Parts: sequence; C-alpha cells; structure tokens
Amino acid sequence: MEIERTESSEAVSEQPKPDVPWVTIVHNDPVNLMSYVTYVFQAYFGYPKDKAKKLMLDVHHKGRAVVSSGTREEMERDVQAMHGYGLWATLSQDR
Amino acid sequence: MAGYFEAAPDGGAAIALDEVEISILRSLAVQFLELIGPGPGGSADDSDPLAALLAEGPTQPPSDPALARLFPNAYCDPERASDAAAEAASAEFRRYTENDLRARKREDALAVVRALDALTPAGDRGAVLKVTGDQAQHWLGALNDLRLTIGTRLEVDDDPDSDLYRLPDDDPRKPLMMAYMWLGGLQESLIETLLP
Repeated sequence: MEIERTESSEAVSEQPKPDVPWVTIVHNDPVNLMSYVTYVFQAYFGYPKDKAKKLMLDVHHKGRAVVSSGTREEMERDVQAMHGYGLWATLSQDR
Repeated sequence: MAGYFEAAPDGGAAIALDEVEISILRSLAVQFLELIGPGPGGSADDSDPLAALLAEGPTQPPSDPALARLFPNAYCDPERASDAAAEAASAEFRRYTENDLRARKREDALAVVRALDALTPAGDRGAVLKVTGDQAQHWLGALNDLRLTIGTRLEVDDDPDSDLYRLPDDDPRKPLMMAYMWLGGLQESLIETLLP
C-alpha cells in the first residue's frame, strides 16, 4: 500500500546530494539459509543465478553487499521487499 | 522427523507429514500469529479493509527482539553509528510499511495453518501435503519467519561450534533447537523444488 508521503525527503538532513544514487544493502545474519538468500535475489531482482550467488557470498563473507541502486523511492521499495522476505536490508545514499 | 519436501511429478512440492509433525508446525505457526498480532482492522484476517487502509503503522521499533529482527530499521546501517536523521527516516519508513509487512507475514502463517487443517489424515494419522504456486511461496515465507523468530529466541549465531548444536537432552532449549533444525531442512528442501 502506497501512502502519500511528503516529509520523507526532509528526514535525512545530512547534506543530500541529489545526483548520487541510493543503494540497497543486505546484511549478513546467522539464520537465513544461503540457498534462500540466493533464491530471493533471483526471484525478486531477476538476477541470473551466478550473480545472485556472488551477492549472497559477499553478504556471507564480507557481512554486506549492495544488491541494487537507484532513486530513494526505488530503494525503499527494494528494502521493504527484502524485509518481506525476511532479509536484513537497509538503504543509504552512496558516498 | 525426517520428512522433507520433494518435487511432485505434476509440479509443485509434496511432503509426507506425520501426526506429530503436523501438530508441531501448526503450533509454531499459531504462536507466530500471536506474536505478529491482529491487523489494524482488529481481526486476524483483516476483515475490515477500510480500517486497514486508513491505519498508520508504528514509528518505533518493536521491543520484542524477534519482531525487531523481522521489522528492522530501514535507514540504520549496523556498521555506522546511528544518527538522528537515520532514526527519523527509519521511523517514517516504518510508519507506512510495517502494517503491510505484518499483513504479509500473517497471511503466510495463516496459509500454513489452513493447509495443515485441510489435510486428510491417513490411517496412521499422517498425511501428504502438496503445495504449488502461491501456496509454496506462503510456505517458504512462513518457514523463514519461523526460523528467524526461533533463531532470535535461541540467540543462534554464526559459530558452527556453538553449544546449541550439542545441547544435553535435559536442556530447556533442546526441543526448540530441534524444531529450528528441522524447519531449516524443510525450508532447504522446499527451495530446491522451486529452483528452475
């Protein structure tokens, strides 16, 4: 459900840089199965299996991976979807 | 508890469950529904769509650790010091997403309960459960949510040598840990049937 929101762009006060894209980051957690994380990256983002697996391994070994980038609104959609799947995701402006 | 999902010849996945397994799965799913709570319409199946549509979600993270894991702060990077701006943006995000996320998780768990209740037990009180399409996605989501919830309760971490894997029989955590391991096998086997 989309609710109209007008304040969200004001919420982040740390010198917004409009041209810099936002990113969705998935963080490692001890519960989610490696096969499940790979499956989610394939099913939601439509990534080929090799890319999905590489991102999963980055999450597992490095603790995090950038899984998508775009506008703030797009990244909020992706983060909400990741939370729906049970993955631990955050968004931030790429710096 | 050795049953796992297998690809069904005509599509989807199937699993033979015995009476005890059906009872454990149902009980865990019902407990999860109680944890998630009723929707903003005030009933477990969102029977008042208008109330649900008008309701705003919470702005503060849940105090229960399992719920906090299911509904994390969207703008708070765990590797960075949290700041007021990130917390304010997280609160705003939570206000317009958490109700929908809770609804999805409720629907997944409800689908599991309904599917178990619809099983026709054989003579030995076991039954074969078959899931396809949306049903399989509900099961996948629900199994993952149950594992996240139980994993948080048990404080599962990345340590492969954790004592959790060697609990004595009289440890109060033992039954939950066994359920956690079993759910992992169920989920893993279900994923295998879903991969192209």
